[in-house]
Amino acid sequence: MSTLDNSYVRFQNVRKTYDGEILVVKDFNLDIAQGEFVTMLGPSGSGKTTCLMMLAGFESATQGEIYIDGTPVNNLAPHKRDIGMVFQNYALFPHLTIAENLSFPLKVRKLSKSDIEQKVKRALDMIELPQVAGRRPGQLSGGQQQRVALARALVFEPKLVLMDEPLGALDKQLREQMQYEIKHLHERLGITVLYVTHDQTEALTMSDRIAVFNQGVVQQLASPTELYEQPANSFVAQFIGENNKLSGKVEKIGNDRCVVSVEGCNVQALPVNVYQSGEATTLSIRPERIQINPENDFDNRFDARVLELIYHGDHMRTRVELMNHDQFIVKVPNGSRPLEIRKGDLVQVGWLSRDCRALDASSGQA
Amino acid sequence: MKYEAITTSTLVEPPLDIDARKRLKQQLRQAERWNRSKAFLLVVPLLLFVGITFVMPIIEMLHRSVYDPLVADSLPRTVAALKQWDRQQLPEEAIYAVLAEELVSLQEQHELSKVAGRLNSEYSGMRSLLSKSARRLSRKDTITRLIDTGSVRTAMIDIDQRWSDIAPWAAIKNLSSRYTLSYYLAALDMRYDENGEISAQPEQRQIYKTLLLKTFAISALITALCLILGYPLAHLLATLPESRSNLLMIMVLLPFWTSLLVRTTSWIVLLQTEGVINDVLIHLGLISERLRMIHNMFGTVIAMTHILLPFMVLPLYSVMKNISPSYMRAARSLGAKPGYAFIHIYLPQTLPGIGAGAILTFILSIGFYITPALVGGRSGQMISNFIAYHMQTSLNWGLAAALGGILLAMVLLLYSVYNRLVGINNLKVG
Repeated sequence: MSTLDNSYVRFQNVRKTYDGEILVVKDFNLDIAQGEFVTMLGPSGSGKTTCLMMLAGFESATQGEIYIDGTPVNNLAPHKRDIGMVFQNYALFPHLTIAENLSFPLKVRKLSKSDIEQKVKRALDMIELPQVAGRRPGQLSGGQQQRVALARALVFEPKLVLMDEPLGALDKQLREQMQYEIKHLHERLGITVLYVTHDQTEALTMSDRIAVFNQGVVQQLASPTELYEQPANSFVAQFIGENNKLSGKVEKIGNDRCVVSVEGCNVQALPVNVYQSGEATTLSIRPERIQINPENDFDNRFDARVLELIYHGDHMRTRVELMNHDQFIVKVPNGSRPLEIRKGDLVQVGWLSRDCRALDASSGQA
Repeated sequence: MKYEAITTSTLVEPPLDIDARKRLKQQLRQAERWNRSKAFLLVVPLLLFVGITFVMPIIEMLHRSVYDPLVADSLPRTVAALKQWDRQQLPEEAIYAVLAEELVSLQEQHELSKVAGRLNSEYSGMRSLLSKSARRLSRKDTITRLIDTGSVRTAMIDIDQRWSDIAPWAAIKNLSSRYTLSYYLAALDMRYDENGEISAQPEQRQIYKTLLLKTFAISALITALCLILGYPLAHLLATLPESRSNLLMIMVLLPFWTSLLVRTTSWIVLLQTEGVINDVLIHLGLISERLRMIHNMFGTVIAMTHILLPFMVLPLYSVMKNISPSYMRAARSLGAKPGYAFIHIYLPQTLPGIGAGAILTFILSIGFYITPALVGGRSGQMISNFIAYHMQTSLNWGLAAALGGILLAMVLLLYSVYNRLVGINNLKVG
């Protein structure tokens, strides 16, 4: 983790409570380097938006310090923080035209008229909507409003931009496109971005690092790859991507290998946060790491019955019954040699022990 | 273009030709006819009710404000005879004779006082002049003798010197047509003068113009006070969590559940010279002499502001409720100070509410009657109190109707100005 010297935004032991009884944010620590894209990901009510609002200055931290560029900002009014912000429903001022919306932060900063005109024009060119300058927000489509909101947060060249579920109101296709666009803007402008979302795909595509929130606590702060490949606990494994979980008990434990008994079957697994035999554990296996009729070097192979086949185009979602567990999902890629299986078939499924992570038992929260 | 995939993904159908569109519209009309007539039938009772109890009285009132048949009906021959009169010199002997005869017959039928009263409002002194003359002329045989000798004019001038003036005759002639603007002129401190021209009332008889202006000024003041008091309250209501705003809302609405009369009377209790507020102020030593806070304009303004406040708060609240707090946050995050953000972002978005609340409060207050009547004293009277006075005391219904007509015209004018400026569709009342 970075030190104060090279961190641009720093949350230090921040706690927040609204009613003096329940902590919505518990002991939150986060360092964001300049130019980094960090996402706070979590289910609704997990405290991620509260953290964003504390950084923007709309909520005060009950305890702890927040620094921007080395300066504590706890007592700094929101308008003095120089943070660009994109809101969930864009918050474009409905009574002003697009050009007036974009020039608002510049007028507040008392820029000259010609400067304002030039910057507004450049911002509209950046989002490729030069023709909407004279229109009102209500006359634009959702995607266009989204882009204008983005431009408004960037037009006064802030070093830090906060985004609060900015793509939540868009349809799927547009959302994916905007994800790439925001990512490219971030790379081109070199700004620091703190992004809040509950959509894991969004978080995985865009971020340098992701902080996974649950119940006011950061469960894991890591790069997308690490988060997906090496979830630190069962909540993260369950929340990020699709996941098969099997509850069992540790029988034997070694350094990089343990044996877990699930419904009488012994499963070879990678110990992550189990420490002694006899401990209860949850095994986590990604559906795409499981093969039907597995190759020879797979050290886990079990009999299963095919319960359901769902065609997804690029893959076949196959639900099988395994170890008395009927929600076990296998993703069978729709490759050049498709698999011939039908509902009711008895098959063998298998996976590598390093793809099967033995995590903490408390998987109930997800 | 990067976005082409999204923007051109919808297929564009060729537009329909004119015939097809006409047919389509006709089909739509037929399909909707039944629904529309059903909806209409449902509102028929209300329509009848409103028509009978609201629209017809207004039409009747407006009719009454211009219809004045009394003089023409009571003195038909005099009126006919005066048609040729040029207002330059005294009428001929024959006209005096006709009037004398009609006066006598009115006196005998006990119908004189009504017409004398009406003429008196046109030319003061007419009442006494007419009754005096009629009394003298109806003495036994007087009238026949005078007509026979052709000396009615001399006799009447003998009875009263004023008959040698053209003013009484001008008054009769001015009121001789059944449809007249004289009520409206009176309501605007004007009259027909002796030459039948429109001219201003003498200074000491002018009251309505100042009264109208005063009514407008008081209403504007009350509207402004309601806005100043109601705006922060509505904002508080709109931003508080539901559980607490509900309680506050009940307190705002509470006055609606109390009789207007009770509320006004309680203001008398509070504000009177021996009242609670004066007692407290004297007790605290803030004043040495008791303040006069009621039965004057101050009392009217205070009590009416209190009564009309909810009419300002409710439209403001309904507009503010729909303004997302993220607008202010966005403005702040973009660098605006709280005051700047309020004036440039919040205030403009509440304009429909301000407009609705202001127009509602203003219209209600220019027609307000009970409160000024009870707490207004002399100086706190408004136009509606004079309308009531002419309805109930002076029985000059025509003038009351004309004042009402002017009030109605003012409200409609205000409404159309508002419509032109803001658009009536932007009006949000709850």
